[in-house]
Formats: sequence, structure tokens, C-alpha cells
Amino acid sequence: MAVPETQSSKHSRRGASGALADKAFKGVAFFFASMVLVVLAAIIVMLFKDAWPTFQTFGLDFFVSAKWDVVNDQYGALIPIVGTLVTSLIAILIGIPVSFGIALFISVMAPVWLKRPVGIAVELLAAVPSIIYGMWGLFYFAPWFSENLQPLLTDTLGELPLIGQFFQGPPIGVSLFTAGFILAIMIIPFIASVMRDMFDVVPKDLKESAYAMGSTTWEVIWTVILPYTKVGVIGGIMLGLGRALGETMAVTFVVGNAQELMAGLFYPGSTIASTLANEFNEADGLHMSSLIALGLILFMITFVVLAISKWFLLRLGHAQEGRSA
Amino acid sequence: MTQDSSTDQDLRRSEPSALSASESSHGLLEKRNYIRDVTNSKISLRDLSFYYGKFKALHDISMEIPDRKVTAFIGPSGCGKSTLLRVFNRMYDLYPGQRAEGDLILDGRNILGPGVDLNMLRARVGMVFQKPTPFPMSIYDNVAFGVRLYEKLRKSDLDDRIQWALQRAALWDEVKDKLKQSGGALSGGQQQRLCIARGIAVKPEVLLLDEPTSALDPISTSRIEELIYELKDDFTIAIVTHNMQQAARVSDYTAFMYLGELMEYDRTDVIFTNPDRKETEDYVTGRFG
Repeated sequence: MAVPETQSSKHSRRGASGALADKAFKGVAFFFASMVLVVLAAIIVMLFKDAWPTFQTFGLDFFVSAKWDVVNDQYGALIPIVGTLVTSLIAILIGIPVSFGIALFISVMAPVWLKRPVGIAVELLAAVPSIIYGMWGLFYFAPWFSENLQPLLTDTLGELPLIGQFFQGPPIGVSLFTAGFILAIMIIPFIASVMRDMFDVVPKDLKESAYAMGSTTWEVIWTVILPYTKVGVIGGIMLGLGRALGETMAVTFVVGNAQELMAGLFYPGSTIASTLANEFNEADGLHMSSLIALGLILFMITFVVLAISKWFLLRLGHAQEGRSA
Repeated sequence: MTQDSSTDQDLRRSEPSALSASESSHGLLEKRNYIRDVTNSKISLRDLSFYYGKFKALHDISMEIPDRKVTAFIGPSGCGKSTLLRVFNRMYDLYPGQRAEGDLILDGRNILGPGVDLNMLRARVGMVFQKPTPFPMSIYDNVAFGVRLYEKLRKSDLDDRIQWALQRAALWDEVKDKLKQSGGALSGGQQQRLCIARGIAVKPEVLLLDEPTSALDPISTSRIEELIYELKDDFTIAIVTHNMQQAARVSDYTAFMYLGELMEYDRTDVIFTNPDRKETEDYVTGRFG
């Protein structure tokens, strides 16, 4: 940083002001960067403080109790927690294979003239506000689902032993499954565009080498492209999962908002985010504290998901170190 | 093709009758591109042209590539030598808009014709690229890659095949204790030998080498050159190279290409010591290129 004194005065003057600007810039950048940590800490402190009465009253029972009774001021988080995890799981289970198909088609199989239109359409889907998905889900998808797909699933998968009970429920259309399905549609564009970007950066030489060994397109995808891109692919899936866990508006529209624990996926249920959105307006006292405790739990779930994915990526990164050496 | 003058074709086409012509005839103009002592042609090119969309990158190339010899393709950048190599295993098929015309006959069968099984073709015609391209898997799995696609071998037979390929590629001693490690962890020269091992593990008939040493250090380069020399006992090798000394060192025959045309094709010693054409002489002596 310091400019040697032997340089001309013009140089050293410029050097001095440059060094000052550097320092100022460093300070400003540090300030904004530290704001991130301050805000994060403030949120955690606020959540803990306001949720404290709930944890004091119900203790650890809050996490495992399925009773959410506003009238009697009894609260347990099990139903929203299960609802959140189940809808996100459904979304991921549906979303991953579809996203794979979309990304592979755009990146590997589509003719050149089709790549851009499909790619742009996927990105546009990602930009649709979630409330639009919610409205479409409630007014169009849910009725269609209850009249067509749900009876079909109940008659087929619902007849199976063990897993059959998951595919039972009243034919009203709004349910955990519907919410998971809408979530899947919402996260597919995210996962698909991350995957496509990953598949696009696989070196041409590497793909050609695999073809040169006599591989079919499928074998090239499975044995070369996927292993090469698995870090980014998992990252994309985690991004989608994070969005599914916290998604509020669309889910609130179609999940049914029932605080009942049912085995069937076709029963209405609720997620953490939908419970918050529905009840915040008229809550106070212990009710409000319990809602904030729900928020804290959601925060922790997403944090854990993020931590797991980071750990996973780190491990994969180590395993593949020197790949491009 | 047909609009080209007949003299032009005579320069490049080798006719069966010319294959056994005597050495002394090579001064004759109309025969100067014939390979005189080729009796066993592995690949025959007949009026082969290649297009990138509307651009004609290769012009009516006809030549014979002998079995179990090393044939080098030299020429300045953009002369079409790599393009030509990619016709041999129809790699260009991956890209819409690229197409070849004419005939490329491998063991009596035109591989540019309809009904050719590309995967089987590529199992017979292996390729090694300019940059080492180890697959994201272990050394063992890299070499086993092609074998597993085409053969159902018992574990012990597969092990033997892997060892054989790695030994042929002069890599066995360096990796025999770390076969389970990632192929990407090897050095550049080792990676390239791994790719050669992967290529020969399926026992192809033809091995295409597209500037296989241009990304490597001199020591790795000389190891791979030795390897090429040894491999020609078993494989027909076509190598594209920018390095004329390399062509002189490793090849039996050399084709000089310029602007998408085959200018001259002859035994390597003839090309480098007594070429017929001025352009060839200028190029091999470094006056242009």
C-alpha cells in the first residue's frame, strides 16, 4: 500500500489518495458485510425472545404435540412441521426427475433452434409470482385434481398394502398432495435452470470422448455428465428444496389449512408458512408467541438443509479435487 | 466433386493398380501421391468432402491408409486435418449442419453410408483428444469404461484386460497401486496415457490421435511417442500433429494437407526429404505454416 518515498511527488500524491480511497472502500465494504451478520443475529434474537413464552409453557412438547387449539390456548407444532416436510418432500420427488428431463433435453438433446425458446420459457416460469401459482392451483388445478387424478390415484396406489393409506382422503382438491404438486411446479424452473447451466459447462472434449468410446447419449449422460456435474446438481436441488420449505402464498391457497394430523396425503393440512400467513392477523399473547416459535422452527429447518447441502458439496469437492489438474 | 478437373483427381486418387507400382515411378507427376508399397489398405477415402453448413472444409480427398502403420496428418492450422480425423469415427454426427460426402471405406464397408451402427463403429475406431479427458471416475473405471459397454467379462478377465491396456499404455507401473483413485488426480501426461489405455482397452482396429501431445511436457511427449511406435504392431494409427518432428519420428506415412486439400501423401521419409510439391517442402522446412 505505502508508496516508496523515492517516487516523484506527483506519484506519491496520487498514491496517497489512492491508498486513502482503498482504506475507505475497505471500511465501507466491511460495514455492509458485517450488516449481514448483524441482521441475522437480530432475527435469531428476536425469534428466540418472542418464542420464549411458548417454550416455557409447553417445553419440548411443543415440537411433538399435534394439538393446535386456539380456543383453549394449547399449541403444538407437529402438524405444521410434518406438513412442511411432507409437501417439500413431494415437491422434490416430483421436481427432481422432471427437472432432469428438462435440463438434459435443453442441454444435450434439443435441436439448436429449440434450445433458446425452451430455456427462456423455463426462466420465465421461475419469474412467475408465487401468488399466481396459488390462484391457478386453487381455481384450476385443485378442482381438476379432485375430479380426475385423485380418484385415479386412490383406485390404484390407494389399493396397495402399507402405502395405500397415503393415497386416501376426501375429494375436495385442497390437500398436502396438491400443495406439494404446486410446489413441484414452482421449484422445477429453479432446479432445471441450475442443472442446465451445469450440463452446459461440461467440456465438449469430455462429452466427445465418451461418444468416441461408442457410448449412447444415455450412457454419456449417466456415466460422464452426471458424475461431472453432481456438485452443481445437488446445489440446484437444495436451492429448490429451500424454496419449497419456505414458500407461503401458493401453499396457503391449496393446502387446506386444517390443523389435523392425517395419514392420507389427500387430506387438507397445513405447513408452517401457511399457518403463519393465516393466523398472524388475529393472534396475540401465547398464540402469537407460538406462531413465532413456528417461525423459529422453519428457520432452523432451512438452516439445517443448507448446512447439510454445504457439507455435502464440501465433501464432493474434496473427493473430486484435482479433477481438472 | 465431378466438376473438379480430372487432373486434380489424378493427383490425389490412388488406384489399386498403383499400389504395387515400383519405387522408381515416384518422380512421375501423375503418380506422385500414390503410396507405392501399400498392399493392405485399412481405410480408403474416395472423393471425401466435408461441410460445416455451407462451408466446404475438405475437398475431394482420396487416399489409402495402410493397416498397422502410423499415418500422420500435418499442415497449417485450419487445413482440415482434425476435421478429417473426425470423419473417421463420424464424430461430426453429433453436430447438426456438419456432413461428409464421398466414401470412407473401412475394411470394405463404406462407413458414411446408411445403416452404420455408430456405436459399433466407434468401438472399432478409438480416439484420443488433444487435451486429456479422463472421465470423472476411478482409474480402473476409466479403462473399463468402453469394455463394459461392449463385453460382459468376468471380474478376473476384466482385471486382466485393464492391466493389459495399462501396460500397453506404459502406465501400469505408475498406477497399479492406486487403481481406485480418481483419474483426474494423475498428471497431464499420465492422464493422456490413461486415455490411450481407455482407447485400446476395447481392442479397436483403428486409433485416432488428435494432437495427443500438444498439451504435454517434453518428457510426457516422448513417452507417448514411444508408445505410438509400439502400438502400431496391433493398431492402425492416424495421428494429427502440429509438430513436424513428431510426424517424422513416429509415422510411416505422412499426408500434408493445405486449405482442405490433400497436397501430398507418401512415405514419411519421402515427404520430409524429397517431397514432390513446393508447398510440402516449404512447410516441412518451416518456411510457412
